[in-house]
Amino acid sequence: MTDRAFGVVRAGALTTVQDLGRYGHAHLGVPRSGALDPPALRLANRLVGNPAGAAALETTVTGCAVRPRRPAVVAVTGAPCTVSVDGRPVAWGAAVRVPAGAVLDIGPAVHGLRAYVAFGGGIAVEPVLGSRSTDLLSGLGPAPLRDGEAVPLGPPAGRAAPVDWTPVPSPPAELVLRIRLGPRDDWFGAGALRTLATRGYRVSSASNRIGLRTEGPPLERAVPDELPSEGMVTGAVQVPPDGRPVVFLADHPTTGGYPVVAVVLERDLPAAAQAAPGTPVRFVPVRR
Amino acid sequence: MRALPVGERALLVELADGEATEAFHAELLRRRAEGTLPPVGEIVPAARTVLLDGLDDPAGFAAGLDGWRSRAPLGRAEETVALPVRYDGPDLADVAALWGVREDDVVRIHSAAEFRVAFCGFAPGFGYLTGLGERYSVPRRATPRTAVPAGSVGLAGPYTGVYPRSSPGGWQLIGTTDTVLWDPERAPAALLTPGTRVRFVPVDDGMAAS
Repeated sequence: MTDRAFGVVRAGALTTVQDLGRYGHAHLGVPRSGALDPPALRLANRLVGNPAGAAALETTVTGCAVRPRRPAVVAVTGAPCTVSVDGRPVAWGAAVRVPAGAVLDIGPAVHGLRAYVAFGGGIAVEPVLGSRSTDLLSGLGPAPLRDGEAVPLGPPAGRAAPVDWTPVPSPPAELVLRIRLGPRDDWFGAGALRTLATRGYRVSSASNRIGLRTEGPPLERAVPDELPSEGMVTGAVQVPPDGRPVVFLADHPTTGGYPVVAVVLERDLPAAAQAAPGTPVRFVPVRR
Repeated sequence: MRALPVGERALLVELADGEATEAFHAELLRRRAEGTLPPVGEIVPAARTVLLDGLDDPAGFAAGLDGWRSRAPLGRAEETVALPVRYDGPDLADVAALWGVREDDVVRIHSAAEFRVAFCGFAPGFGYLTGLGERYSVPRRATPRTAVPAGSVGLAGPYTGVYPRSSPGGWQLIGTTDTVLWDPERAPAALLTPGTRVRFVPVDDGMAAS
């Protein structure tokens, strides 16, 4: 491997490589995958002068630390956190120069869950089916980061954006998910749909990149039949036998056999990616 | 045929049965190849439905479906994939009991059937193959195995499937193939894509490589 790479000093709880995902292979059973918070990934890439969809790191809760072998331009976005270079605090949400051999440390999320770390030139692991994303459901793409490994970087192309301040997101009091009912809302009674729209849920600690699981009042089905497997979209609110809605995120399976009562609007999904366990969730039906 | 809206940019088209689903899916692919289908990100066939994801105007597309007359599926090269199989699966005896036949009858019946990949799911390259007929439906195992080896040929419900890689699974395993079902370096990465015809060819131990 060339020295255009970084070494992993502290991999963190779960740090993966993510870009905007694999498109066009769902019919083969290949999940979309990609960053759970795409606006944060795009911003990080813009800050370092990369194309918006270049591959970057997605950290989970505890951050990570890496040591670039050559001088690198990096930017951290997504969940607010402390960022330091060889122990000295540097800016979050701005392009930062990291000297060769210095340790870039991304601290634990102050709030939110996932930070994005873009490197000028992007992460250059071998793409699989057109994407460098780690897909935790099907195991495509690179494995999650491990302490001590080296991760290749691409040659820097663009110029870092002259931005010296990015608004830090404030912690959301609750996660509001606007939904459109269907395709299988008719598998639930009026009571269940009222429960979904009016009762409070909370983000379950069993949530992951596959789905945001919830705790709260179960939705009772009106149709007890078994649903033949059907195609699933990102944002689908699937209701498994325990009745607690699961919101499908990037690594969701491409088909499923539990009814989808509603689908979350795409623009509300990045917030779902940052909602910590225990956060109150409200589903708000909107009309077509 | 019924088109159900799915969120802002997708449609789930529900059809009467597996055959109608196959015909509609073939018609979609025909129109896409012809350039008369509006841009769509994903076309995902399943048991009784086809999902179209990434449409600019799902409502307009749904309205236009009324005027569709499914032409006969275009003579897509009827290529049949032959999968050499050792019928040595740990559930062969159970399947024979469920079917009420002897084990060698399971081999005879399964290898005589002509299968088709109805759809993929569960894992990259995992095809749900129809062709056995409802009378040979079997339940999944009561307790799924934590690790089913790659190449295992299994039955569940009316479907036959081959595990592309080792994974947990609850299908009734009747045999093993050495054919590589999934290879991201290959195009297409999946050997079994929706619509592909498949036959299982019995082979003796040590001869299941293709």
